[in-house]
Amino acid sequence: MEVPILKQGEFLIATIQAALSDADLEHLRLALVQRVVRFRSRAVIVDVTAMDVMDSFASRTLREIALMIRLRGADTVIVGIQPEVAFAMVQLGLTLEGVGTALDLEEGLAYLNQKFKNIN
Amino acid sequence: MAGEEIRVPINSDQDIVLARQQGKTLAAASGFSLVDSTLIATAISELARNIVSYAKKGEIILQKLSAPGRRGISVLAVDSGPGIADLRLALRDGFSTSGSLGLGLPGVKRLMDEFEISTAPGGGTVVRIKKWRQDQREK
Repeated sequence: MEVPILKQGEFLIATIQAALSDADLEHLRLALVQRVVRFRSRAVIVDVTAMDVMDSFASRTLREIALMIRLRGADTVIVGIQPEVAFAMVQLGLTLEGVGTALDLEEGLAYLNQKFKNIN
Repeated sequence: MAGEEIRVPINSDQDIVLARQQGKTLAAASGFSLVDSTLIATAISELARNIVSYAKKGEIILQKLSAPGRRGISVLAVDSGPGIADLRLALRDGFSTSGSLGLGLPGVKRLMDEFEISTAPGGGTVVRIKKWRQDQREK
């Protein structure tokens, strides 16, 4: 299941649309990092609204995506973590520490627009 | 009393997704809330991943439970892999043998109401976890 990655100006938006296997997540990680380089993107939004389970592997892969993208000098915001998924993640001890999060795509975009407006 | 078994063979990372989806469906059908169904599905995902990572193949067996005055779900994760050499260490929070991932067993234990494990070096691992419906849980 390929995750579509949309280029929106200086940002990239990856929208997860169904449950992803480990291989799908690893593919997403590579695809995002490559596109950040190709498009010289300043930020990436990963929309996980459709993910009904976030286990240790998914959580670790998202954290790795954010860390790799930070090394490229860009930001990552994870948006749309469902309340029950957040509950399960915390119980399991997964915190996505150091990764930006926002309620939904709209909030994520607003956060990034505000941030880059201040810099420009 | 226990209901019919749903057996999900675990041979690849695709099967992890399948097992947790089956578990979530069964939990919802048993009347679990969305939060509890998600906790159960997450626990199944972790156990199925342990099978793929450490034993390569095994099985997840799901079953509805009904005891006097309460209903629940049982998940059995069975493999005949290398087993866990130091179980005490594996059940300690933060323990990991494969980089930063770890076995996640303490986390799985926190997600569920009951947790049993039997393992022997070279003799495979069996984990049985259970969760009871919140509205019926004994006070």
